[in-house]
Amino acid sequence: MDFKKLLLRNETALIIAIVILSLVIGAKSPEFFTLANLFDIFRSSFVQLLFALGVLIVIISGGIDVSFPAVGIFAGYTSVVLMQHFEWNPENLLLPIALSIVIGTILGAINSIAIASFGIPTLIATLGTSGIFRGLMLTFIGSSFISDIPIALDKFATADLLKIQPEEGTLARLHILIIPIAIITILVSLLLTRTMFGRSVYALGGGVEATRRLGISIKRTQAKIYMLVGGLSGLAGILYVSLQRKANPYDLTGSELDIIAAVVLGGASIMGGYGTVFGTVLGVLLISLIKGNLILLGVSGSWQRAAVGALLVIGITVQAINESKKAKNRRVSTSDEAAE
Amino acid sequence: MVTLLTAEYGVENIVKSFGGARALSGVSLSVKGGEVHCIAGENGSGKSTLIKIMSGVHAPDSGLIRLGDKSFTQLSPREAVREGVQVIFQDFSLLPNLTVAENIALPTYILKNSRLLSKKQTNQLATNALDLIGVDIDINAPVADISIASKQLIAIARATNLGVKMLFMDEPTTALTRKEIKRLFEVVEQIKARGVATVFVSHKIDEIQEICNTITILRNGEVVSDGMMKDFKRQGISQAMTGLDVSETRIAPKLKKSNDKVIEVKNLTTKPTFSNVSFSIAPGEILGMTGLLGSGRTELAEAIFGQYPVDSGEVIVDGKPIHLNSSSAALKAGIGYVPPDRLTQGLFLEQSILNNLVAVGIDQYQSSGGRLAKSRLAEAGDRWIKDLRIKTKNPLNPVSSLSGGNQQRVVLAKWLAMNPHLMILNGPTVGVDIGSKREILEIIRDRAQEGMSFLVVSDDIPELIQICHRVIVIKNGQISKEFSEEQLDETVLYKELS
Repeated sequence: MDFKKLLLRNETALIIAIVILSLVIGAKSPEFFTLANLFDIFRSSFVQLLFALGVLIVIISGGIDVSFPAVGIFAGYTSVVLMQHFEWNPENLLLPIALSIVIGTILGAINSIAIASFGIPTLIATLGTSGIFRGLMLTFIGSSFISDIPIALDKFATADLLKIQPEEGTLARLHILIIPIAIITILVSLLLTRTMFGRSVYALGGGVEATRRLGISIKRTQAKIYMLVGGLSGLAGILYVSLQRKANPYDLTGSELDIIAAVVLGGASIMGGYGTVFGTVLGVLLISLIKGNLILLGVSGSWQRAAVGALLVIGITVQAINESKKAKNRRVSTSDEAAE
Repeated sequence: MVTLLTAEYGVENIVKSFGGARALSGVSLSVKGGEVHCIAGENGSGKSTLIKIMSGVHAPDSGLIRLGDKSFTQLSPREAVREGVQVIFQDFSLLPNLTVAENIALPTYILKNSRLLSKKQTNQLATNALDLIGVDIDINAPVADISIASKQLIAIARATNLGVKMLFMDEPTTALTRKEIKRLFEVVEQIKARGVATVFVSHKIDEIQEICNTITILRNGEVVSDGMMKDFKRQGISQAMTGLDVSETRIAPKLKKSNDKVIEVKNLTTKPTFSNVSFSIAPGEILGMTGLLGSGRTELAEAIFGQYPVDSGEVIVDGKPIHLNSSSAALKAGIGYVPPDRLTQGLFLEQSILNNLVAVGIDQYQSSGGRLAKSRLAEAGDRWIKDLRIKTKNPLNPVSSLSGGNQQRVVLAKWLAMNPHLMILNGPTVGVDIGSKREILEIIRDRAQEGMSFLVVSDDIPELIQICHRVIVIKNGQISKEFSEEQLDETVLYKELS
């Protein structure tokens, strides 16, 4: 790939945005450029990234899922409630994680049925199920805040891979999750680029009819997508509970905005067909930076939400402008070819 | 491959209804490996339904699908692909967001039931397929970025790739020029030699006669005639297809001698696409413009309509130079343009027929206060449907429910409604059956008689000869020759073209 193309890539623009924003924040407040802050940004990105990877897959396929926060908190909270109810309190994390992933996948399967079997538009389907999931959880599972979460989950909140004490300043802690999250991220990337399922997801986003004619089952692909997103959301949900060291059924409300903004800023086309895992990672980092550190610039919390919303709109506008530019170039290049 | 050559593919007694309407009533056909078979028929004759049944899109109500020694009562799209049935649809069915290589290789992976793919293998598959048909295209380019002619070649490469036993080509030559059609036919000969049963669906009788060994003619969902191609005559085919006696004699109206000019194009230049193009058109005159794909003919037409950038030159309408590079200026000056790709450029497919008909001249239907006068809209819609003989039960149905010929008539009506001085028609009968074609040409003739001028851009030489007063041939962006009414002759024109 030549240099000009590299510059035009969405990822490049994101890296530049992240660097500039960091420099601006760093210039205003010296505590920004510390290891402790960097590790904090990572920590606050883990759950976001898991959600975002799921949303990325859906968006590439030409759909949208707004039910993932509901699925995440439903799965995480329900797992905790179940463990308390049956007095399961194992030392290791396997049980709560497996439980939450299974619950998430089941909820994802409900989305799959609505979308693949009944053909309900994805936004409407997941908006609806989102309400159903939250309502069912609050009615039948519980509506109270749980602070004494299972011991394994509680311990995991402080499981650090690295602890570095600088000569002055706060202790920098790098959470151990960085390793599994990195592995999952790479796996999702491989899934999207190297497997037939992954390419089917792109194909679906490129054109439903053409995909069907290739002999790819639209329904099966969609069903897999929404179950996979459910599973990822379930994992994200239980990790969220663990890192927060509490299970609050009202949590994660409104986080759709941050995640979808991160994925779209990461270059995934809201029309489907385009998007990369690397772009999504950068998008998540950018949003975490804004959410966690804009306050250092004296920007109040309420304005951060507006900023994220504005970024989402800007991201989509840039996509639209690029698309129309491309279309223009295409016309010219087609006639160039013709002139030869 | 020897066994392939004796294998037979086809259908037996296929019946298919949609709702109450019979699309196919007991159709049988059989194609041998290594044979090129033609399915000819008007729009609505059941050709598309038949293809969809064989490719697994629709399940037949009754009847059998035979593929070699296997029989099926119905196929799923996946089974069809696995059994070696491939269809090249008119829209190519390519995925714009994936690379050329992936578009070619994906069906092979699906056929082999692979779960994983490697870039190396993908590129290998694509390179092999393109080599097989002798085409050189950048396999790493996204399909969205390549030209239409290349897309066609990719679709062919993809379908001819590994494992294809029966290949359907639905109107494969519509977007191609003579030269490219020749190339396509060479490719068809190659796959024929490899024992593939090829089915050609086309309206163009010249081409059918050139390439096909056997033919089945469908009308209203029934086989009206079939047999060896060599036993059929041109007239016989069109008569069997339409059930009418359709002649291809000249229908251009007599042109009154006059020195008036509706439009004068002077030294139009955009390097390197076209340069120093000058011509004029008289009132009521039908000027034909032809040239190979890439000659600049389409760009020229678009330039006159302000849709393609112009570096220098003038376009004078009714004595006044118009502002170039602006289609709204062209519209205001009374120039209309019907693009070749009516499906993407000329119509709002999901909107109603009525809405499409009145879309261009929408200002005419405003009542006081800027609201649209619904009754006048409906009245105008009904008038156009009647005038242009558009076959529909309800003008409120979406345009996408119409057949190709009828869609083209909607596009025409839409533009005729604004009563332009000059109407530019680019490929007016592309993808249109013989009966509809005749009617469209008659519409052009009638309008010309009323004084409307036409610029007809087409590579259908017989059509140009039928309808035009004069024909100019574009070569490398310049007018290479002009033919007057007396000089119009098929062989001479073809010779000038190639």
